[in-house]
Amino acid sequence: MSKLIVSLSPHQLGTNSVKKLMYGVLIALLPTLFVSVWYFGLGAIIVIITSVLSCLLFEYLLTKFVLKKPSTITDGSAALTGLLLAFNLPSNLPIWLVIIGAFVAIGIAKISFGGLGNNLFNPALAGRVFLLISWPVQMTSWPKPSAISDHLLGYTDVTTGATPLGVLAEGVRNGEAVTKLTSQMPDFVQMLLGNTGGSLGEVGAVAILIGLVYLLMKKIISWHIPVSIIGTVAVFTGILWFVNPEKFADPIFHLLSGGLLLGAVFMATDYVTSPMSKRGMILYGVFIGLLTIIIRVWGAFPEGVSFAILIMNAFVPLINMYMKPKRFGEKIKK
Amino acid sequence: MLKTFPKGGVHPPENKLTPDKKIEILSLPKQVTIPIAQHIGAPAKIIVSKKDKVKVGQVIAESSGFVSANIHSSVSGTVFKIDNIADASGYKKSAVIINVEEDEWDENINRDTGLIKDFSFDKNEILKKIQDAGIVGLGGATFPTHVKLIPPKGMKAEVLIVNGVECEPYLTADHRLMLEKGEEILVGTKILMKALEVNKAVIGIENNKPDVISYMNKLSEEYEGISVTALKVQYPQGGEKQLIKAVTRREVPSGGLPIAVGAVVHNVGTVFAVYEAVQKNKPLFERVVTITGKSVSEPKNLLVRTGTPIRMLIEAAGGLPEDTGKIISGGPMMGKALNSTEVTVTKGTSGILILPKEESKRREIKPCIRCAKCVGVCPMGLEPFLLMTLAEKALIERSEKEDVLDCIECGSCSYTCPSDRPLLDYIRLGKSAVGAMRRARSVK
Repeated sequence: MSKLIVSLSPHQLGTNSVKKLMYGVLIALLPTLFVSVWYFGLGAIIVIITSVLSCLLFEYLLTKFVLKKPSTITDGSAALTGLLLAFNLPSNLPIWLVIIGAFVAIGIAKISFGGLGNNLFNPALAGRVFLLISWPVQMTSWPKPSAISDHLLGYTDVTTGATPLGVLAEGVRNGEAVTKLTSQMPDFVQMLLGNTGGSLGEVGAVAILIGLVYLLMKKIISWHIPVSIIGTVAVFTGILWFVNPEKFADPIFHLLSGGLLLGAVFMATDYVTSPMSKRGMILYGVFIGLLTIIIRVWGAFPEGVSFAILIMNAFVPLINMYMKPKRFGEKIKK
Repeated sequence: MLKTFPKGGVHPPENKLTPDKKIEILSLPKQVTIPIAQHIGAPAKIIVSKKDKVKVGQVIAESSGFVSANIHSSVSGTVFKIDNIADASGYKKSAVIINVEEDEWDENINRDTGLIKDFSFDKNEILKKIQDAGIVGLGGATFPTHVKLIPPKGMKAEVLIVNGVECEPYLTADHRLMLEKGEEILVGTKILMKALEVNKAVIGIENNKPDVISYMNKLSEEYEGISVTALKVQYPQGGEKQLIKAVTRREVPSGGLPIAVGAVVHNVGTVFAVYEAVQKNKPLFERVVTITGKSVSEPKNLLVRTGTPIRMLIEAAGGLPEDTGKIISGGPMMGKALNSTEVTVTKGTSGILILPKEESKRREIKPCIRCAKCVGVCPMGLEPFLLMTLAEKALIERSEKEDVLDCIECGSCSYTCPSDRPLLDYIRLGKSAVGAMRRARSVK
């Protein structure tokens, strides 16, 4: 008889794997991918392919030559970062800027912290924010969405316009009434479908929500982070709107515009950079919601989801320290 | 809605291969090796010597303290030698080896299999009979049963919970016992209720045994104070603290005993042993063992004398499969991997599981991605990822603060980890380091 294997329990392992989880998120992003290609055509395809390939390349090279660890590009995490970075960029962004964004995301935000599992900040958002503050003009020129046939071959030469949040911020600065501004914007049905200006992946609310349902069904994420962000934004903007609808936009506008849904469902839920306990997740989500609206309503930038998530990423170690899961066991009275 | 514990847990494939296999009596071995430490607590003290003649049910090692238990001979024959033999833990421990001759039972044992319902013993007589019979918890923990029946001063039991959950995949020993000895288990429950002076008992059974639930439900109608509760199929439903929470909604305090919330839990196998000890004067020297595994040609449930080498159980199940990688004493979630087929069945052996090679190997460890799944599945509300890191870095005091000692070692964290990290291995390391630190502290 050959030798018996002796090891400690449990002897049976589950079917979870990093690969399965990462590819699960990629599958959840497919509807969003479809919407982005539908409305932004060739530009979307170029940005997505550039971003994913350069993230994979940087991951491969830096893991091999800087970290000197076995290659991790097949686990899906670098491809996911690449896709999420692309979804946070406008579709007419020049290729070289996409590559710089990918380098910041993988090289600076992820590998320099020690690679998968060690990074403090969401890599894709770090890449996006770096581009946004370094090349604000290119990063805020948004191609006008249109059905795929109109701009099949358009890339950097497409006509551009502002996002709903941009129009709102500009208008408010000029002293116009919010109700008048929102009446000029795409209606809610168009915003649900994604027929509005913005980054590649943030425009299609329905597509993102389909992704959310998939993530929850497959138990890839729990409801705590997305629901607490969306709920906080709805309540906070609801109060503002109720107090003064002339000055503040309504909650549905806030929920459907900008990167809020993409952020709540796909960016804030990044495993590595979000809290470990359910209570911590809710606190983190509530603060992301609050910060987003504070930046949108009172800040210099029209959009604040990326900043809000990155700021809260920095608080995650602190949240993990103090927001423990509730331990089993009644307290004994001494 | 089925009752369950509210926090954490996993649902591994149930893989119950033998729920329909009637309990068969395994033939007697030629020689038995009976370890004297088959329970938690002090090992028993050997009172026989080489060449002594012994009968079935005769005491061969005496309980050596309050938390200890008598050990009886499971066969009749001659003591061949007393030696140090490796047991399921892999460590060599003192054992009595007996050559089997005939099958002569101690005269005091009532060998008639008929049901005896009525009893008139008082509390102390019951306790004495249980203690004499060397009964320990047969669910696997092997804690001496009489200790759990004597509440510490100032505490009072309110409910007896009979554990028929059998949440470990593959195992069906308790399942079969309830189907074939249901009435005996109910009488045993009555006996324990009397010993504990409680008038309420609940039998908890996982909902993957509908046949047992309806059968026990029907039988229990005639027994006042005993009810059956169906529980959701969720591992570790049979964990003592989880079961108490599911049945009574109360949580045993950290570091406390179940009696702190008025509950006492006994496994159905233990309850059956109590019935036999009290009503038939039969000590604990045999038990039901499931021999199982996907490659095993005839998986089955066997009634086995303690001290029987597991080699004989494997032979009775059609021999050791070609692709065997691991032999486990117990279930796949909490059982112990054995290093030899010569290890013998003891009071705590609930099953022998044979896993094929490809299921026996650990997977490659990948970096933690902080997905928090281990935190989500921990039934004790702990943070396994953190406890593992603390153990790796030998931060013992911090481990203690993070309640590492609350871990019940159910393995849900390691089971669920997508990066295949050996969380429970390190948590055990942390637990033993904290235990050592506490002992050192109490010496000072």
